[in-house]
Amino acid sequence: MSSETPAPLLRIASLTKRFGGFIALDNVSVEIPPGERFGLIGPNGSGKTTLINCISGAFRTEPGTVLFRDEDITALQPHLRTRRGIARSFQIPRPFRSMTVAENLMVALDFAAHEHVSVAKRRDTMMSILTQMGLASKANVSATQLSQVELRKMELARAMATHPKLLISDEAMAGLSSSEVDEVLDLLMSLASHDITIIMIEHIMQAVMRFSDRVMCLDAGRIIAIGTPSEVMANQRVQEAYLGT
Amino acid sequence: MKRNGIAFWIGAALFLAAALLMTKVVSNQYPFFAGYVILQFIALAVAWSILGGYAGYVNFGTSAFFGVGVYSSVFLVKAFGAPLPVQILTAAAIGALMGFALGLLTLRMQGIFFSIATIALTIIIETAVTNWRYVGGAAGIQIQRPPVSALFDNYVQMLFFVQAVLVVLAVAISRYIQNSWIGRGLQALKDDELAAECSGVPTLRLKLLACVISGALLCAVGAPSAMYLQFANPESAFNLNYSVSTLAMSLIGGTAHWSGPIIGAILLGTTQQLLTVTISSEVNVLVLGVMLVLFVVGAPEGIIGLIRRIFRNRNEGRES
Repeated sequence: MSSETPAPLLRIASLTKRFGGFIALDNVSVEIPPGERFGLIGPNGSGKTTLINCISGAFRTEPGTVLFRDEDITALQPHLRTRRGIARSFQIPRPFRSMTVAENLMVALDFAAHEHVSVAKRRDTMMSILTQMGLASKANVSATQLSQVELRKMELARAMATHPKLLISDEAMAGLSSSEVDEVLDLLMSLASHDITIIMIEHIMQAVMRFSDRVMCLDAGRIIAIGTPSEVMANQRVQEAYLGT
Repeated sequence: MKRNGIAFWIGAALFLAAALLMTKVVSNQYPFFAGYVILQFIALAVAWSILGGYAGYVNFGTSAFFGVGVYSSVFLVKAFGAPLPVQILTAAAIGALMGFALGLLTLRMQGIFFSIATIALTIIIETAVTNWRYVGGAAGIQIQRPPVSALFDNYVQMLFFVQAVLVVLAVAISRYIQNSWIGRGLQALKDDELAAECSGVPTLRLKLLACVISGALLCAVGAPSAMYLQFANPESAFNLNYSVSTLAMSLIGGTAHWSGPIIGAILLGTTQQLLTVTISSEVNVLVLGVMLVLFVVGAPEGIIGLIRRIFRNRNEGRES
């Protein structure tokens, strides 16, 4: 990242999320500058997905605030956050099963559009996203007939169709073969730009190391390390959290 | 798209013309009595499937909406002697409000919980009407038909035509919804509500809209029923059979396309009328149940789904 610090795109302040007596996130604060490739790691159950559910709006948080481009979005419904530029993929893919791949994207293009665009133009955008994702030949195939890696790509494509400024990828590589992991990783790398900030949740360490400008490690709902990938990997608490003591 | 639209409206106009012609040439009154009931069920099934089919929220409260439609007419006739169009429009407005209230209270619940809440609604409203003396209470109330307007020979023929107009209206609305952004949003949230939200679909607002439109139509369809029967009592107006029949017709026809509920309602409605005349009105319910079970097991997507599957198989066969 450049030396002068730009205003953060996303600012999370003292975020806490409880499920009954269980504290899933405990006083988490982090700032993500625009254009950063941000890796989020942590053992199973450490609160990674909970954190992005709080960012994308699937969960309400109490207490704590989420600021996106200097706007407090803590109380906004998920679809309004999507329209402001926060998009996500799901750990377990959630396609619209009754639709084709093209229609899946059209939902996002129809509903998340910031301004009014003609149908023809939306179709063009849809095809160009599918081409970029390598799914052009699958446009008219039912979402139920996709392979696992294609489903992951379609989830990312659908997220891209909302014109995000922040793209959150929740374990988009889980369960894929190593060549497929590289394929999806290259895709994510190609999507990242100054205009699109990416938060990537991943268990595959090589992928996280290669992808991230900065990595944050959660354990039991708390941040135990944050810094460059090599710093975080060298951190003793991170190693303990992953290997157990 | 445009050509489809023209074909649809020509079809609708022909249908209405045929209904009108029928009132001129057929002198036997029975076809109108039976036809009215079939048309009523077509309109109910189409209206139901806007929420139950497109959005996938199974509403067991059809009888609540239908009964409120009946009783809003009863009240308007008794209090003001209101004419039929006023009865229908008022019922639609009340139904829209009821849909809105039901939606606000229950649409945050998903699946079976929503359905149970809609059954509770039926029971609550029926109980309230049963205890409302002004509209006859539990004993029911007789209603005098006003003289028929010049265009028709008798009142039942007019009601038959009015119900045909309601069918066209319901189908036009349902078709519009399916082809518009509302339909795509509902289809998305039916598939996966969270994914829809995260793609920018305002799920709660769309569900409320579906609930309001569906509710308004269900109530409007119920409104002329008071005049049709010249009598209303809570037990028949809020009869759970309306809920079950409507649901069965929509599901058997298939809810993936606006024409599904029409096919289902014609098929089941006609069968019911035939059975009522030839055997007994009780056998109706039995046949309905058996058919529903057969379809849920054999063709869960209804007749529309069955037709689509046959076409797809034939196309694939041709390609290979």
